[in-house]
Amino acid sequence: MIEQKHTITEIAVTDLLKKTGECHEKGHRLVQIGCTPLGDCYEINYTFTTSWDFESLRITVNDGDKIPSISGIYWGAFIYENEIHDLFGLTVTDINVDFQGHLIETRIPSPFKNAPPVTKVKKGGDA
Amino acid sequence: MGNQIVVPFGPQHPVLPEPIHLDLVLEDERVVEAVPTIGYVHRGLEKLVEKRDYKDYVLIAERICGICSFTHSVTYCNAIERIMGIEVPARAQFIRTIWMEYSRMHSHLLWLGLTADAMGFENLFMNAWRLREEILDDMEATTGGRVIQGSCKVGGIRRDISDDKLGEMVDHLKKIRPLLEESNRIFTHDQTVRHRMRGLGVLSKEDAWDLGAVGPTARGSGCDMDVRSSGYSAYGELGFKPVVFTHGDCLDRCLVRSEEVLAAVDLVERAVAKMPDGPIEEKVKGNPDGEYFAFSEQPRGECMHYIKANGKKNIVRHRVRTPTLTNIPPLVKMLEGIEMADVPVVVLTIDPCIGCAER
Amino acid sequence: MQIFTMTKRALANLVGKPATLMYPATPAKQYEISRGHVIIAIEDCIYCGNCQRHCVSQAIVVDREARTWEIDRLRCIICGVCAEVCPKDCIFMEPDYPPSTTGTAMEFVQGPPAPPKAEKKPKAEE
Repeated sequence: MIEQKHTITEIAVTDLLKKTGECHEKGHRLVQIGCTPLGDCYEINYTFTTSWDFESLRITVNDGDKIPSISGIYWGAFIYENEIHDLFGLTVTDINVDFQGHLIETRIPSPFKNAPPVTKVKKGGDA
Repeated sequence: MGNQIVVPFGPQHPVLPEPIHLDLVLEDERVVEAVPTIGYVHRGLEKLVEKRDYKDYVLIAERICGICSFTHSVTYCNAIERIMGIEVPARAQFIRTIWMEYSRMHSHLLWLGLTADAMGFENLFMNAWRLREEILDDMEATTGGRVIQGSCKVGGIRRDISDDKLGEMVDHLKKIRPLLEESNRIFTHDQTVRHRMRGLGVLSKEDAWDLGAVGPTARGSGCDMDVRSSGYSAYGELGFKPVVFTHGDCLDRCLVRSEEVLAAVDLVERAVAKMPDGPIEEKVKGNPDGEYFAFSEQPRGECMHYIKANGKKNIVRHRVRTPTLTNIPPLVKMLEGIEMADVPVVVLTIDPCIGCAER
Repeated sequence: MQIFTMTKRALANLVGKPATLMYPATPAKQYEISRGHVIIAIEDCIYCGNCQRHCVSQAIVVDREARTWEIDRLRCIICGVCAEVCPKDCIFMEPDYPPSTTGTAMEFVQGPPAPPKAEKKPKAEE
């Protein structure tokens, strides 16, 4: 099996727009934006590619931090940014199509927000 | 200039079985803007990974989607295997590839049928689904399930296919190939189909690339983008060539899928011819520790499974970026400026799978 | 030449058998490995509880003391993991589906009372 190459660069939140702009100039396409809750902070990966060598920019944010939207550079980014807002309760500023939390309508507001305590399930019990 | 009105479209719609809601801003009969809303089938499967053993989760990963089920489980397994450094035996890789191509065939035939149905071509719809049934029969005879295969596991596959059965499968494919070609011919040449779909919902190559279109949506617009060319599983050894069309309209997205069914038949035949012998699974010990982005080409497009694990039985984060989610921005672009009556057909051509998009 | 391709198709459809089955009258297509439902040969069961531990949907409950094996048919996703992990190979997948139901579908299997000596022996081997 041939592996797809993947480089991950950790950057500061303030550099995000600059670095994303550079990626756009190089002709990369946006693959995804994904958020990982790590208990006390969130890690957000912005993945770009031209062929099968993927590049990820990684920022680390805390609850209540404001994340600048990259939807000014990549128009299609709004879907991921609204998803992050709806599922994780993070604030993304200046999205081009802002759904105000109505893209994914969940019964519990921001259900993926931080890691909740994992409840022990007894054997054969209900998960 | 007429007044602008907003027409809600979905989540329940006679043409579209998928629960996507679109607020269509209309000016007379023309769509000016479309605002999508999803979330009607959010199941929180990504969250479930924190409660379940990572080996058991393969079966849940498979249930993310009812159509690309097998591809989801393979992608998940690829990610885990990469993190743990497991070398999957060649025979398992080949059989996985065969099943993935089978699921591509049945998914595309299902979609072709649905499209025919959406434009009122009932006969073609029945025809496509009859062919799909033949594919599903082979699928059930080898995995035991029609759409949920449950045959992939971390480190290999659960069930082997005997060489006799592989031969039978190829014979069967040879038998239905003329029928597939016939239905392909209808999609390419039939006046009804062309009239309904040519020049409709055009997505330019630049837009497709920039908005992150993937899969048949991108390939219909001339982007040569297919993860299978990167050679995961056994694709590297099968001499794979992507199917690309250039007009970027509904008909080309349709033809990409129609051609890919035939390409999938070729791939299965080649995979059977090259099938290596050997074990079908590798013993898995311990727990994963690390992170990996696994990419694969699903029937609907490029799919990504991101896994972050910390050496425990439960994985920290499993993020799935499904093709439908990333195809929504291009869809919004496509819808701008078309007639209200064409909306269902255009929405259908990205092959929306909202169950996937929301996990 | 359009008309001739159509005639061919129309004739084939007219003369050929229907592609569908009259389902309840004709039984549905089944294969040897079709996964329909799980059954157990309880007389071979050693009540080790392996199937319960590996069941992904927690549908199986094994009681060693009472010698019972219980499955919730509505929870079961028919993945076949229990059949794979069973050390005695006494769980099987049957190709036909269980009947539909409106209530619960618990299935209770009571094992035969064990002869006290035969119970001890296989354990010592392990």
